[in-house]
Amino acid sequence: MDDTLIIKGIEFQSRLWVGTGKYKDFDETRRAIEASGSDVVTVAVRRVNIIDRKSENLLDFIDPKKYKILPNTAGCYTVEDALRYSRLAREAGISDLIKLEVIGDEKTLFPDTLGLLKATEILAKEGFIVLPYTNDDPVMAKRLEEAGAAAIMPLGAPIGSGLGLRNPYNIKIILETVKLPVIVDAGVGTASDATIAMELGCDAVLINTGIAGAKDPIAMAAAMKHGVIAGRLACKAGRIQRKLYATASSPFEGML
Amino acid sequence: MNLTVNGDTFITEVSTVADLLKELAIDPVRVAVEVNLSIIKKAEYASYNLKDGDTVEMVNFVGGG
Repeated sequence: MDDTLIIKGIEFQSRLWVGTGKYKDFDETRRAIEASGSDVVTVAVRRVNIIDRKSENLLDFIDPKKYKILPNTAGCYTVEDALRYSRLAREAGISDLIKLEVIGDEKTLFPDTLGLLKATEILAKEGFIVLPYTNDDPVMAKRLEEAGAAAIMPLGAPIGSGLGLRNPYNIKIILETVKLPVIVDAGVGTASDATIAMELGCDAVLINTGIAGAKDPIAMAAAMKHGVIAGRLACKAGRIQRKLYATASSPFEGML
Repeated sequence: MNLTVNGDTFITEVSTVADLLKELAIDPVRVAVEVNLSIIKKAEYASYNLKDGDTVEMVNFVGGG
């Protein structure tokens, strides 16, 4: 069954997207990504360590020919910084993909959606494939779509919180509001959270801390993989309606 | 000449961005270079001449979510 997610002509075989932060070392990063079955990984843009030149490079462990590299603008609190990091990412990388973050608050890491909207518009005009990390706000999702975003990445809960989807109804409304792919980004704590996101009809789920922070990240990566597959299949299969009372599964006919 | 490279003072005799990367043993393929807030395209590394007092930023990809 072909179930490829396509964003601006780029084909994603996996509906589980994974981050590369917070792992013990690059080898654990590599093994977790392999176990996740994902073909797209997020990365951050930071200064080259010019003092310790022997330090290993992430891309020595994650082959850009095998994985789609999705740089983020994590840590950017202004439109100007987000634009600067995006442009540097494009120059350092191999594609126009950018996971756009404009953060508005240190404690919650909630997005500054006004800045996000502005940065999305500018970068889309510059030819970037903009994937904005946004609130679970259907109106803002619509605005981002109009501004040229290539997908919408609403948070399930604060980054790294593991609280799961705090407002699945808003995510559902976003899915009905925009035509773009919707990828839940942030808040997924365990496999069932990923399943819920996919059951709602989301196109993919992006997870970093939920895997990297688990006691056994490799095992959790596999669990998330299966959670996403289960949710996707269940969504396509079409669940039964919820009913208050029982309906017997065994026939009445033939009873003694 | 004196440069500021990734926030630190760096004294060097190199002339171009390509030379600087070579001196620092940095593979140009996986980095992006900015001089005084302007991005220098990879194709320009060999021809872009640095001058005393320039602020150079060199970035690459690290683990992130």
